[in-house]
Amino acid sequence: MTPAPADWAEASAEQIAESVRGGKVSAEEVTRATLARADRTASRLATFLHRMPEEALASARGIDEGRSRGTTLGPLAGVPIALKDNICTRGIPTTCGSRILEGYHPPYDAHVVERLRAAGAVVVGKTNCDEFAMGSSTENSAYAPTRNPWDLARVPGGSSGGSAAAVAAREATLALGSDTGGSVRQPAAFCGVYGLKPTYGAVSRYGLVAFASSLDQIGPFARTARDTALLFNAICGRDPRDMTSRPEASPVRLEALEEGVKGLTIGIPRDILSGEGIAPAIRACFERAVAALTRSGASLRDVTLPHAKHAIATYYLVATAEASSNLARYDGVRYGLRAKDGNLTTMYEATRGAGFGREVKRRILLGTYALSAGYYDAYYLRAQKVRTLIRRDFSEALEKTDALLFPVTPTTAFGIGEKVDDPLSMYLNDIFSVPASLAGVPALSFPAGFDEAGLPIGLQLAGRPFQEETLLRVARAYEATDDAAARRPAIAKEGS
Amino acid sequence: MTEAARPVADDPKAAVRARYEPVIGLEVHAQLKTESKIFCSCSTRFGAAANTQVCPVCLGLPGVLPVLNERAVRFAVMTGLAVGSSIRLRSVLARKNYFYPDLPKGYQISQYDRPLCEGGAIEILAEGERKRIGLVRIHLEEDAGKSLHPEGKEGVSTTRVDLNRAGVPLIEIVSEPDLRSGAEAYHYLTKLKQILVYLDVCDGNMEEGSLRCDANVSVRLRGAKEYGTKTEIKNLNSFRYVEKAIAYEIDRQIARIEGGERVVQETLLWDSARNVAETMRSKEEAHDYRYFPEPDLLPLDLTESWIEGIRESLPELPDALRERLVREQGIPEYDAEVLTETRSLATYYEEVAARSGQPKLASNWIMTEVNAVRNKTGQPIESFPIDAARLGDLVGMIAGEKISGKIAKTVFERMLEDPDGPAAIVQKHGLLPIDDEAALRTLAREVLAANPGPAAEFRAGKEKTFAFLVGQAMKQSRGRAHPEKLQAALRAVLAEEG
Repeated sequence: MTPAPADWAEASAEQIAESVRGGKVSAEEVTRATLARADRTASRLATFLHRMPEEALASARGIDEGRSRGTTLGPLAGVPIALKDNICTRGIPTTCGSRILEGYHPPYDAHVVERLRAAGAVVVGKTNCDEFAMGSSTENSAYAPTRNPWDLARVPGGSSGGSAAAVAAREATLALGSDTGGSVRQPAAFCGVYGLKPTYGAVSRYGLVAFASSLDQIGPFARTARDTALLFNAICGRDPRDMTSRPEASPVRLEALEEGVKGLTIGIPRDILSGEGIAPAIRACFERAVAALTRSGASLRDVTLPHAKHAIATYYLVATAEASSNLARYDGVRYGLRAKDGNLTTMYEATRGAGFGREVKRRILLGTYALSAGYYDAYYLRAQKVRTLIRRDFSEALEKTDALLFPVTPTTAFGIGEKVDDPLSMYLNDIFSVPASLAGVPALSFPAGFDEAGLPIGLQLAGRPFQEETLLRVARAYEATDDAAARRPAIAKEGS
Repeated sequence: MTEAARPVADDPKAAVRARYEPVIGLEVHAQLKTESKIFCSCSTRFGAAANTQVCPVCLGLPGVLPVLNERAVRFAVMTGLAVGSSIRLRSVLARKNYFYPDLPKGYQISQYDRPLCEGGAIEILAEGERKRIGLVRIHLEEDAGKSLHPEGKEGVSTTRVDLNRAGVPLIEIVSEPDLRSGAEAYHYLTKLKQILVYLDVCDGNMEEGSLRCDANVSVRLRGAKEYGTKTEIKNLNSFRYVEKAIAYEIDRQIARIEGGERVVQETLLWDSARNVAETMRSKEEAHDYRYFPEPDLLPLDLTESWIEGIRESLPELPDALRERLVREQGIPEYDAEVLTETRSLATYYEEVAARSGQPKLASNWIMTEVNAVRNKTGQPIESFPIDAARLGDLVGMIAGEKISGKIAKTVFERMLEDPDGPAAIVQKHGLLPIDDEAALRTLAREVLAANPGPAAEFRAGKEKTFAFLVGQAMKQSRGRAHPEKLQAALRAVLAEEG
């Protein structure tokens, strides 16, 4: 076992849980160390919408008391975790980064929150995100834009930017985000941490505030491949409250992650890599990673994803259509913001007008249009057909390969404000993350290197449904050859 | 002879009306009798305090997901099978999007292009003729909540929302435009309700909103191929309102056409206090519901064997039961129709018939005496004070000539209050028939002595007076005298004394 770290905020979840279970450190001590980090950096980074130091310490003490009474502690005992603010927490504000839910306290915990509490994790706060998870930079948060810990003038990615940044800055050991078209993977890449989008149906969505129901998945952020697995294991599995959750979802065997890549075939989707717009540093990083994996014993195979080029268009029809319906409930009648205004219709208009930000409104309009009489067949239905083709592309490409390797994003983190007025260029940032979402397959963003400006580069592995284990095994093999995941942003070194 | 040339009464309105053919289709919402709601475990019980039967799911809170209630699917499939629908092995739940304060999610989960049941028919008896009313579909959906508009202070209008009903399972039963009058619509609804209650999938209670009906009405000249422009009437809270509103709307549409105007496609609200239908919204204001498959629920896949299991366990339905009663009991079709109004009435009848061994007499007694009392009190047969065994005994006594029909009615009335059997009641109240010849002669002598005048008239040849004397004697015996034997005794005494 690794010796006790100088600062528990730097420790892996695995080490914390083992140490807490073994009595080498108290959950309270770990929690205090992590809270102290966040005290120094969270306000500058705007990682959290709601911090919960009192609750975190109380739950840490509960774990320590449990240990002293001889209770068996869970696999995440004492591990500080941050939750994206679109995951419902009982009695704790859950705003989805939106004004329309300002002050809203859900009366129930999401399935994943129940599972995390049962596993002994300590929730330290609710993280900032693009409003209703709609965005790629966390600039669409109604409260504040989160900053990238590697360069405070840049975005952390989005929509789960707060979660990614919190893990990178050591304000939490682990975090949960949600990924609809890349909202876990892209910020993970921008912040230099691991981010997994599980197979659609692997993790219950009960308690995840819906953006696009057929795409949304809750996914883990962590600083090591093994921690990613640990967190995924804590939350995956069938939940009777989510009819789209699947019994096939099974935990990753941690020992399997150490088996290396010998015997595995990595598919390289050359067609999607041939396009313009991939930053040279990312291309170079990709080639280095391919070489490293080959050296470790993986074989390569070229594959194609011929319909992936339609993924963005398809995604922005399917996701916005579902969103237009999912967001209809924010009407000012039962909870959240209600504008005081005249009759029912004007109350609706004023509430939604004041409560939703520009990007949310844009997507509601797009989705409403796509579902409208006379347009449904041309847009929504056709998008569903293309989606089927994209799904088929993945299943064919993965027939003779174990995982596909490609970038997460065409560029590293862009500057705050750089793309806010250009939604199309913002949408195109998701070009590599959206296909796996539409296909419903698992996809992992892992830290693979840095560009010339010292910004993290993430690469993506996509696999067969419910084969999260394979993706993490490849990423773990890469981790053993490269220090990208081990590097810390300067802000995380302050005071330590 | 064409319909239009058919002679009509001299009512000029009727003559105009006869030139048109009304075309009516009904959409009926039936609340399924499940314990819990369609997508959560909240109770469906009616009448609880507002917003006490709610949870995050049926409140539509952020982050919740629906879980389909299997029993609701079963009940919908039972209904489909009972009316001969074909059941889709894969049907799809869909979102119907619209804003309303009592619709918590901003959409209703319903079914759109792939409903659970398609086709089928309901047979009605209208003006003595059996007629098949085709069905388009039966689909599953959730109910919305209820908006309440209490009197506000100083004219301030407030709306309160009760979400106890939100998420209660419904089936929507859509008929083909096969109905031709308000009366047919009434019969259709009665029959549909009867089937639902026989299946025990709906309690059929319109007051509590367990059955709701919207009517689509249009008219066209007889013989025309094209349908006329239709209107939809809502807020029809009883079968009689449906009948009335349809009749009203048929006349209104005909009057418009006759006046050279066109019928406008619109939705009307029936005002039962004023007996008029008023515009609720026009076609231009019609919602675009933006239906799309509900992504939170997978397609609903059923297996043949599951459906067959339900088919085999279906209870006997009214049509089959009616035919069986005609066949087994030898009673007229009309009787069987009346007696199969509810499954329990038919069971009651079968028990009375079996116990008395008198199928037709049993039927007569239930249709007249029993139903007369029930019509007055509104009692269902289950709580009728005379159970089938006691009524069977009474009918048996009449058939065995132990008592006359007249006495039987007296006994029946006492049985409504007195839990004893009919024989005991006859004993207790001295209602035994008098058929002993000596006793009847004594009675005859007493009556003649008390009525010397009429007796003399009879003897003088006025035969009509005899009926009066029989009546007097019967009265004195309190109806107990055996009628033929009493007459014989009277004639004998009159002859011997004459």
